[in-house]
Amino acid sequence: MHPAPSVIFFTTFSGLGFGLLAWLGIGAPDVTGWTAFAFFAIAYAMAVGGLLASTFHLGRPERAVKAFTQWRSSWLSREAWCAVGALVVMGLYGAGLVFLGERYALLGILGAVLSLLTVFTTSMIYTQLKTIPRWNMPLTPVKFLSISVAGGALLAGQVQIAVLLLLIVGGVQLLAWMQGDKAFASAGTTLGTATGLGARGAVRAFEPPHTGTNYLLKEFVHEIGRKHAQKLRIISLGLMVVLPVILLLLPFSHFIAVLALASHIAGVLTARWLFFAEAEHVVGLYYGKR
Amino acid sequence: MTTLPDKTDKKLGLVIDLDTCVGCHACVISCKGWNTENYGAPLSDQNAYGADNSGTFLNRVHSYEVQPDTGAAQLIHFPKSCLHCEDAPCVTVCPTGASYKRVEDGIVLVNESDCIGCGLCAWACPYGARELDQAAGVMKKCTLCVDRIYNENLPEEDRQPACVRTCPSNARHFGDLSDPDSDVSKLVAERGGMDLMPEQGTKPVNKYLPPRPKDTLPDTTEEFDILAPFLAPVAEEPKGFLGWLDKTLEKL
Repeated sequence: MHPAPSVIFFTTFSGLGFGLLAWLGIGAPDVTGWTAFAFFAIAYAMAVGGLLASTFHLGRPERAVKAFTQWRSSWLSREAWCAVGALVVMGLYGAGLVFLGERYALLGILGAVLSLLTVFTTSMIYTQLKTIPRWNMPLTPVKFLSISVAGGALLAGQVQIAVLLLLIVGGVQLLAWMQGDKAFASAGTTLGTATGLGARGAVRAFEPPHTGTNYLLKEFVHEIGRKHAQKLRIISLGLMVVLPVILLLLPFSHFIAVLALASHIAGVLTARWLFFAEAEHVVGLYYGKR
Repeated sequence: MTTLPDKTDKKLGLVIDLDTCVGCHACVISCKGWNTENYGAPLSDQNAYGADNSGTFLNRVHSYEVQPDTGAAQLIHFPKSCLHCEDAPCVTVCPTGASYKRVEDGIVLVNESDCIGCGLCAWACPYGARELDQAAGVMKKCTLCVDRIYNENLPEEDRQPACVRTCPSNARHFGDLSDPDSDVSKLVAERGGMDLMPEQGTKPVNKYLPPRPKDTLPDTTEEFDILAPFLAPVAEEPKGFLGWLDKTLEKL
């Protein structure tokens, strides 16, 4: 899959933003007034910024509001509802904290649930696609949710729990890579099944339909990026999990915490880049490519 | 509405004969022509005369080599367009309701004025049947020439998809695949029509007819060339001028 920057930024930052909102919703940290304002500003900047970034990959962004209509069948539509729901509920809850100094616990919990549902629905957009076997597995939502909750904990200053959650993220990510590497083969789609000619012999793509490229190849076939996949996996795991955990285990200072956060975000961005670049769409088979 | 209908009244679709397709790409051109000039946004080209040209096509012809365990390899031309699947994954993922499957005939269409160009339907399609038009920003796909097949302004013989109408080798057939007595259904039954990527669970309506087995040469110990008797030498010994020349040259 083409690793489009807009989608990488969207999933990374909206994940972080909604993760932080979820923590704020359950009152961790239990803040009011200007401190609460700062936390909510960061969370909204990331969540809304991420959502705005996602509209950059639309062909017709001016019609984006139509995406709310098909929540019965479409995960993308459900995501739109959850995101708006979470932002509205958390906005009310945040207003209570900032302006009234009051914590409406029930509203906060509802907002936290909606925030995590937003991340879940985002992950389901990818998980539902049978055409991309690497994404089409239960570990995908687990990964998105764990990264969101761990990143949110980092932002919310929940140091101890963040260390634990980051280690879980590392484990889930490793498992996802191990399972993902086998996914395409176990899905059973080959050029033989794609053409229906597999029973007759070995099928080879002899000539593509056009000498030039096309939308399908640009969008779904990204072979170059995988060259350094193994190195990038190590780098992303190091930045996303190992370095932040080490930094958080050091005696606490705000500088070190910011460093841990920056490292984590860089790691998630790298991992998210790999999430797209390593994903192979079955349509590539028709072109003799993966 | 992007939920799929439980059942469609008809299943209009194509039957593509891999045995007779000669890979001439006439269907590609006629499709691009008709669908650029008629329903919906035109199929645009980008940098059409430059080095890195590309464009939107609803139908593309691939060519594959099949090498059996023994014997000669076979070259198979393979036209590919939307298969109008019964369980179309492109429809259910659509967030706006722009993608839909028609109850009356099963055609999968895009309402371009509702499409936001998110591209998710193209991600969900295993066949690469949907392409996001780079100029219009909306998703384009085969309409089964819905503006031809019901078009009473056209002569009756033209009321079929442009690709079918134009195919010079009669490799493309159009009809109702839900009717077991239709010509296309009979063709599928006779020739063992097959689904592409059945493991994806899309239940495509379009079927592909596998290439017939290649002819094998008969045993060479038998005479098999029907022209051979006519080519047998009619005179063993040269006569006339050639006979004289032969004898004279022998004597030298």
